[in-house]
Amino acid sequence: MCETCGCGDPAVVAVDVHDRILAGNERTARHNREHFQERGVVAVNLMGSPGSGKTAILEATAHAAGHRRRLAAISGDLATDRDAQRLRAAGIPSASIATGSACHLDAEMIHHALHDLAWGDCSFLFIENVGNLVCPAVYDLGEAVRVVALSVTEGEDKPLKYPVMFLKADLVLLTKIDLLPHLPDVRVDAIADALARVMPRPVLLPVSARTGEGLDQWLGWLEGQRSCLANTPLAEALEDAGRDACAPRLNRSRDHEWPSRSRAQQKIGR
Amino acid sequence: MTMHEYSILRALLDRVEAEAQAHHASAVRRIRVRIGELAGVDPELLRSAYSLLRERSICQDADLEICTMEARWECVRCTRQIAPGEILRCPECATPARLASGDEIVLEQIAMEVP
Repeated sequence: MCETCGCGDPAVVAVDVHDRILAGNERTARHNREHFQERGVVAVNLMGSPGSGKTAILEATAHAAGHRRRLAAISGDLATDRDAQRLRAAGIPSASIATGSACHLDAEMIHHALHDLAWGDCSFLFIENVGNLVCPAVYDLGEAVRVVALSVTEGEDKPLKYPVMFLKADLVLLTKIDLLPHLPDVRVDAIADALARVMPRPVLLPVSARTGEGLDQWLGWLEGQRSCLANTPLAEALEDAGRDACAPRLNRSRDHEWPSRSRAQQKIGR
Repeated sequence: MTMHEYSILRALLDRVEAEAQAHHASAVRRIRVRIGELAGVDPELLRSAYSLLRERSICQDADLEICTMEARWECVRCTRQIAPGEILRCPECATPARLASGDEIVLEQIAMEVP
């Protein structure tokens, strides 16, 4: 009822909400994250442009580490399950998500895909996101770390053009470095400089899935994430030392924004 | 390819409808959202998605106000501002910068008609 004159006209009420629009996705992502942490699985959200070499780097990872570590994968794409097929052929049990027209994966899709995959005993679950440098950056999937594959063929200023993707990354894999001799105008230091202007803690790792260059460092970085996840004296020591390589950083603007993804902190109970 | 602004709009409208129901509202007059420059959401695409998705909903006559927030980087130690385009480390103490604002995707307020 209108409070001014008591007539039956409806009143207009302004209701303050001040809540994140993607709160629903974030709830599901937290749920996924708890599952991964409970089982000691490092979930890696692997993003990048179409053709940046995401699947190839996972194949190379499987060949290099599949005998030592149990791996699993979820592959997202608009259509086909060709990426999942390639990963299975490389020895990684993989589920595929055909998103239809959606340009990104979200936490609910991951939650469903987990039911179709034996992931609980794995060391690493790789989530190969839809090839896209815009949309996937917006959605928390419950991952422990975000890795962006950036090919040497994409241009030195790519990070400047897609700042949101890179600011939220924990590691950037500079892929296809075996092509550098054929790309005389591409300078790795220029890419690193561009990255430093959009990513406060830039971590750039040049790799080649074809030649294997850089793979040892990539596997070492992954193992470091595993140590972070485990509640071990090593994790605590790394935490105390404030080692950047261990705890992934999310730029948290205010407390009501993204939940902390520092697994070491959560495990230690902070 | 569907832009993700559609899925964000869908989440927004679901929330607005839920709030409207909770308040027994008969119509929504205005929705105010805050979108940061580095949120990864294009305000104009969001507006386009809104004009399509609000049809035949409780929001069909509601105005969508989009407040955009500039990206602001600052040093966590000395709160010195770091200009966009610069290296994201404090020029004084080399501490990595923090994004103080600019990544918001927030529903701020709903104005609705209640009996």
